[in-house]
Amino acid sequence: MADKAMEQGIITSIVKVTEGIYSMWVREPKISKYAKPGQFISIYCKEGSQLLPRPISICEINKDQGLLRLVYRVVGKGTEEFSKMNVGDSIQIMGPLGNGFTLEGETCILIGGGIGIPPMLELAKNLDGKVQIVLGYRDADLFLKEEFEPYGEVYISTEDGSIGTKGNVIDAILENELDADMIFACGPTPMLKGVKTYASQKGIKAQISMEERMACGIGACLACVCKSKEKDHHTNVNNKRICKDGPVFYAEEIEL
Amino acid sequence: MNMKIKIAGVEWNNPVTVASGTFGSGAEYSDFVDLNKIGAVTTKGVANVPWEGNPTPRIAETYGGMLNAIGLQNPGIDLFVKRDIPYLRQYPDTKIIVNVCGKSTEDYCEVVERLAKEPVDMLEINISCPNVKEGGIAFGQDPKAVEAITKEVKKKAKQPVIMKLSPNVTDISEMALAAEAGGADALSLINTLTGMKIDVNRRTFALANKTGGLSGPAIKPVAVRMVYQVAQVVNIPIIGMGGIMNAEDALEFIMAGATAVSIGTANFHNPNITLEVIEGIQKFMEKEGIKEIQELVGCVK
Repeated sequence: MADKAMEQGIITSIVKVTEGIYSMWVREPKISKYAKPGQFISIYCKEGSQLLPRPISICEINKDQGLLRLVYRVVGKGTEEFSKMNVGDSIQIMGPLGNGFTLEGETCILIGGGIGIPPMLELAKNLDGKVQIVLGYRDADLFLKEEFEPYGEVYISTEDGSIGTKGNVIDAILENELDADMIFACGPTPMLKGVKTYASQKGIKAQISMEERMACGIGACLACVCKSKEKDHHTNVNNKRICKDGPVFYAEEIEL
Repeated sequence: MNMKIKIAGVEWNNPVTVASGTFGSGAEYSDFVDLNKIGAVTTKGVANVPWEGNPTPRIAETYGGMLNAIGLQNPGIDLFVKRDIPYLRQYPDTKIIVNVCGKSTEDYCEVVERLAKEPVDMLEINISCPNVKEGGIAFGQDPKAVEAITKEVKKKAKQPVIMKLSPNVTDISEMALAAEAGGADALSLINTLTGMKIDVNRRTFALANKTGGLSGPAIKPVAVRMVYQVAQVVNIPIIGMGGIMNAEDALEFIMAGATAVSIGTANFHNPNITLEVIEGIQKFMEKEGIKEIQELVGCVK
């Protein structure tokens, strides 16, 4: 058995962070022991008609207490089931999955958009050097924002302009004249496209975390591929497996 | 008690394999399952050259099942022979079944010829993938085409040939008889049922390919019926599959006439499912005082 496992975790806390978004701490010492920022776990539904595990990014890791924090949006029946669970309930999980972020850079910009914000929290805690955090929201509902504040300077963009820069995360970077030698990003595909373009124009290296519908979560079924610039050594075609080779890729490796 | 089975002269330690495409070539699952304990590993389909597969999204969950339209992405036979076969040969107790796909008869034959000198135990010919435009299912929906391609493949094959049949036909026994007439050593059934899901919020298809193959427990009764139907008319062994989630499901297929069973979608739900099914069958045999698994094959008439 390698560094990943399928285990029963125990929910130690579950709270509604904001409308439709939940934060859950799960105790599972084996999986939390090996977990790294940017990795994810698969959560299995109890309801038997839902067969596929739900990939959820890891928001925080507490290795001492064997805990993982998951912050997720309710988007369907599976995440709805998780949101209704209670403290003390057991939950089937597999992980840690995927590669996670490579910790590098002297001056970093961390970019999180919407439900791509949670995985940036554990990353922010683990980076040395200067950490600048740019969080993109729809409106003034700034979930998790305060939790980032101890780990770096936090900049906000909102689509409706109610707080921070009106527009997107790139608008916030430009308005605040942020500079960096490393960018980390997780968020919706249009945001990642913007980050990739910005990073390439500025000549900054960027690690971006991708998302796609998954089935196995371990690299076997080839459901969650993304287009890669070069031929991938494993698939032998221009496709990389997000669950196994990712979810984090250098922006220049992939086509968006 | 004996769980060993024999298909076309190849002996498996137990009647359980995995459905092609759900298990890669085993490497990813070996973190969770001792591959030596599975009767046979059936690999993801491999073609003569690498295939990129379909655009994403490639899968969608449905009630008690899932749709997939991977499009037979594969690394091509060269890399497969160099990497995947040696990997699986590290597990001497399991048999290797290589699933072969192609866009033309020549494509299939080229792969089969390349495999002739490789240490693989059986070939499964996929003439039933609903997700690729050329080849695949085009060969599997016309009995004349089924017989013709089976004959061509048999001419080149050095290992026993299993023809994998599609359920997307009016009468599957006709296809089964055609494969048998073409010289097939065994049959695998069923492949996925063509389906569709619509995302009402986005007013679009859930899959980029529009349609996909439905698998999972939702299709099991259809699969059991087809295995039974085919078992009544052919004299070659059947590998039954379609929605097996536990030992009881597997036993349904065996009693309907399957010599062996494949587990597919359930691997995504529980990576250790193959071993749990094997143990479950064993327990059932103990409880019922069955000495040979063969006694159960087709016992429901």
